[in-house]
Amino acid sequence: MSSLLKLSVALLFSGAAIAGFAQQKIVPAQSDIVFVSKQMGVPVEGHFKKFDAQISFDAAKLDTSKVSFTVDMGSASLGVPETDAELPKPTWFSAVKFPQATFTSTSIKALGGGKFDVAGKLSIKGQARDVVVPVAMVQTGATTVATGVLPIKRLAFKIGEGEWADTSMVADDVQVKFKFSLTGVGKL
Amino acid sequence: MALPTSASAKPASYTAVAKLLHWVLALALTGIFGVGLYMADLPFSPLRLKLYNWHKWAGITILTLSVLRLLWRFTHRPPPLPTAMAQSMPKWQHWAHEATHYAMYALFFIVPLLGWAYSSASGFQIVVFGVLPLPDLLSANKELAETIKPLHGLAAWALCALVVLHVAAALKHQFIDRDGLIGRMLP
Repeated sequence: MSSLLKLSVALLFSGAAIAGFAQQKIVPAQSDIVFVSKQMGVPVEGHFKKFDAQISFDAAKLDTSKVSFTVDMGSASLGVPETDAELPKPTWFSAVKFPQATFTSTSIKALGGGKFDVAGKLSIKGQARDVVVPVAMVQTGATTVATGVLPIKRLAFKIGEGEWADTSMVADDVQVKFKFSLTGVGKL
Repeated sequence: MALPTSASAKPASYTAVAKLLHWVLALALTGIFGVGLYMADLPFSPLRLKLYNWHKWAGITILTLSVLRLLWRFTHRPPPLPTAMAQSMPKWQHWAHEATHYAMYALFFIVPLLGWAYSSASGFQIVVFGVLPLPDLLSANKELAETIKPLHGLAAWALCALVVLHVAAALKHQFIDRDGLIGRMLP
């Protein structure tokens, strides 16, 4: 009986929290950040397993809308244990010194049809670059799915140093593909 | 090339194409086997990445040449053994001669196909010479990849053993029997 009471109180409070702050949240289990690099012409896909987002997005008030992301660089995986052991090292992500990559939006432009250009600062391994991320948003029920592909140059972020800077081995171009499932986003 | 042989009659020769394929593939197979042995124990490095890709490109090239070689063999039968030699050979030698060649041809295909399957199962597409993407033989599956890996190695070792046997038999004909049989395959 008392546990039921606790549960109802907890539910009441969490409900109040959602209503009070109209919180927009990312659903990690339904979201994905993939990076595709090319090793001697072979596309190799990696995933980041841990990332988070702070979102306050209102399609009607883009001027005050803001999104920011943090990605745990130590959570990168290519699915091969030997390679995964290398990624956090200084040559690649230097995940101890730079544990997180961040993206913070500076302006959001609507392109129509649920498409947006999100300009902002992308910072990886201590290197900050201005980028424009093309995002397509689709809403089904209470869920908003945002997808996009951001092409980046790995060497601009010092990813792969020394002998690994050779782009004939690992191409400079890397595609960062993302799919974010969001809750709490108002109508587009 | 002059043959250091005491054979009175020169045995009928293989065609020039068959000889070319034989020697090119002999070199390629020896090279790729050595690289394969060496690269497997390398630590994560650009050299390892390079050798793995070169090994795959070479493997696909060998597979392609083996298809051509098999087609050529179907349309251009090898010269028969000289009659005197064929008559003096015991039955088991005839059998071993046939079996070795059949098995080597089978492995010319099995070894690279297992390598291709291993690469596919590991999640690495083969892009020949960095420009020609091949279809994956299997979808990525780590457990399956771990099963295929030793089979690729085992098949390669089996081919290596047969090549040693083949070379030993050729040398035996040349230096013990002194029958000049090797001349059929020399340029």
